[in-house]
Amino acid sequence: MDWRRLGFISLIIIILIGVVVLVGGKDVSPTVIVVSMLATTIAVATPLTLGALSGIYCERAGVVNIGIEGMMLSSAFFGWFGAIYLNTILGVSPMPSLIFGVVAAILTGGLMGLLLAVLSVTYKVDQIIGGTVINILAIGISGFLNRQLFFEKGSIFGGQVPHAPGVLPRLKLPFLGDSPIASIFEQQPIAIAAILLVLLTHFILFYTRWGLRTRAVGEHPRAADTVGINVARMRYTNVIIGGMIAGLGGAYFTLESVPSFEPLMTNGRGFIALAAMIFGNWSPFGAWASALVFGAAQALQINLQFFRDQIPAQWAFLQQAYIVGLVPYLLTMLILTGIIGKTTPPVADGVPYEK
Amino acid sequence: MSEPVGTTTPKTAPGILKKFRPAINAVLVPLLAVFTALVLGALVIKVVGGDPLAAYRGLFEGAFGSAQALSETTVWATPYILAGLAVALAFKGGLFNIGAEGQLAFGAVAAAWVGYALPDVLGVTLPAAVHIPLAVGAGMLAGGIWGAIPGWLKARTGGHEVINTIMMNYIALNITSFLLNGPMKDRSPLNVVARTPQIAESARIPPIIAGFRLHWGFVLALVMAGIVWWVLRKTTLGFEIRTAGANPDAGRYAGVNVSRAIVMTMLLSGVLAGLAGSLEVTALNYRHELGFSVGYGFDAIAIALLGKTHPAGVVLASLLWGAMRNGASRMQFLTQIPVDVISVIQALILLFVAADAIVRWLYRIRATEERLVLTRGWGG
Repeated sequence: MDWRRLGFISLIIIILIGVVVLVGGKDVSPTVIVVSMLATTIAVATPLTLGALSGIYCERAGVVNIGIEGMMLSSAFFGWFGAIYLNTILGVSPMPSLIFGVVAAILTGGLMGLLLAVLSVTYKVDQIIGGTVINILAIGISGFLNRQLFFEKGSIFGGQVPHAPGVLPRLKLPFLGDSPIASIFEQQPIAIAAILLVLLTHFILFYTRWGLRTRAVGEHPRAADTVGINVARMRYTNVIIGGMIAGLGGAYFTLESVPSFEPLMTNGRGFIALAAMIFGNWSPFGAWASALVFGAAQALQINLQFFRDQIPAQWAFLQQAYIVGLVPYLLTMLILTGIIGKTTPPVADGVPYEK
Repeated sequence: MSEPVGTTTPKTAPGILKKFRPAINAVLVPLLAVFTALVLGALVIKVVGGDPLAAYRGLFEGAFGSAQALSETTVWATPYILAGLAVALAFKGGLFNIGAEGQLAFGAVAAAWVGYALPDVLGVTLPAAVHIPLAVGAGMLAGGIWGAIPGWLKARTGGHEVINTIMMNYIALNITSFLLNGPMKDRSPLNVVARTPQIAESARIPPIIAGFRLHWGFVLALVMAGIVWWVLRKTTLGFEIRTAGANPDAGRYAGVNVSRAIVMTMLLSGVLAGLAGSLEVTALNYRHELGFSVGYGFDAIAIALLGKTHPAGVVLASLLWGAMRNGASRMQFLTQIPVDVISVIQALILLFVAADAIVRWLYRIRATEERLVLTRGWGG
């Protein structure tokens, strides 16, 4: 992460928070706004952070993964389904149901990762097409099962209204006391897990033998093969791990953000995560910082709604969700132009290895 | 070692077979992919407690069972043909256009605006011979611009078109939502839906036969398939697009302006998708309504791949897609299997077309063609 990009990231986040402070500062103290913006930023950046980490595992091993969106969507569905099934049919209390849901989501992601690995490593299908297969499959399966299992006659719930187990509770970190910092980091468990996974992934990639081998098969698979590293196995394992992390990201949508599933609910977050990964130069901290930029853009949209009366009439159309909602997508395109610094992907990224 | 006496190697029959094997496989593998996906789809229907045979019978009846059903199948197929051609053309140029959805939506919005507002803005009544081409042309232009932007970004900065076209989809969705809920909203009393007013009579493309929805747009789509084939095969531009797609370095060496070829590819691709959108407005719905186009972009990718990126293949794949979408409602009516099962079957078709090695292995077919290569890293 070079200084130029870090500067850009900080600047954008400060501007986005500044806008909200300018609009709402008269009514609410700026500290409260800043804390609220930062807390929202971290929360909504969670699927982006996890998606970007998923991409890092895959691409550092040399497999382009544009199927993150589909992995998250299918995991969001199966995680939610698992939780609601345990909660309604088996009458288990909400907490174990939610935990089971998270596990189901991670497993779903892992299975999708396995599919991507089979396609791209074993069958050497073009990896962008492989990822597209996963995206389309996820839309089909989640849409179909959602309708079939919940809304059709003779659904598994036999006409009774399924009980959503709610969402995962916030965790208060004990060692931070009651400071504003503590309120910023008073997050739900998947958000906390995402931050821990950033640290863990950095350690794994750059300080372990596994990480070195992963990077070796992503940069120069022939050389890695020569020294006895099993390229196919490394790629399989990393893509499956990547899928599981995307699965955790999917769980965020239905078990942490809102207690319901809607078709297409991931809404492009998987693709924005890829942009975050690219802008973060395939490094965990860089990807996290980029994910926070997108998170801040979304936090702007959420927090502006509280101050809609404060916005002058001629600017009022800007606070419509459709217009503020453009910010993350425009940011993504701006970042991909490379005007804020070029990035370098792993050399063998996207290239099937022919032994 | 010499040849054993008396064994003459038969030359003619396998020789012919060898010559035509690529062509046979190009048709056989997609057919087997569809077949395999239908078998797996039947399994899915069985698992959720349905009767696969009844479901497929309903599907077939709904798609081909009557003149009305056939007409509806072509109505469904029309945007698929054009959007599929858009993606196939981009594939030929080595580009992955996931943005057909947004280009289509913008084409529809532009055509709708010209259709309902332009006569008032100009203060004249337009004859159909002028109004229809204007509306359709505006849609093609809007789609073309929406496609050319990621093309230009790719040529100029290396920003990957896969992510950029997806971002353009979401931007288009947001802008159309804004327009259809605000400035372009149908203000007639009782309307609560995000949609434009109806377009003027003079901007409507008539049906071919009264009483059927089959419209001239379908014929136009078939003509476009021919034009795309002609441009790609018989023109300098087509040569440049194909060269830039197959091997940009060799293209550069041969004097092809690769950057220009990239922008042109995406522009034409967007024009085709925009045409799909404008026909939906001018020949079918007579207005643009939010949410009508959800899913065309991904369907178009599957269709282009199933059709092996050949215009004729795209037309056939689109007819299949149209038939499935059209027949699905009858299937749901008869067997209570939700129409969404079609999406699962279509995803499986794409899976088997993309990973044709699986199909080849299943049915013991030898590989003959080169694989499609799109992934060349992220640029950047």
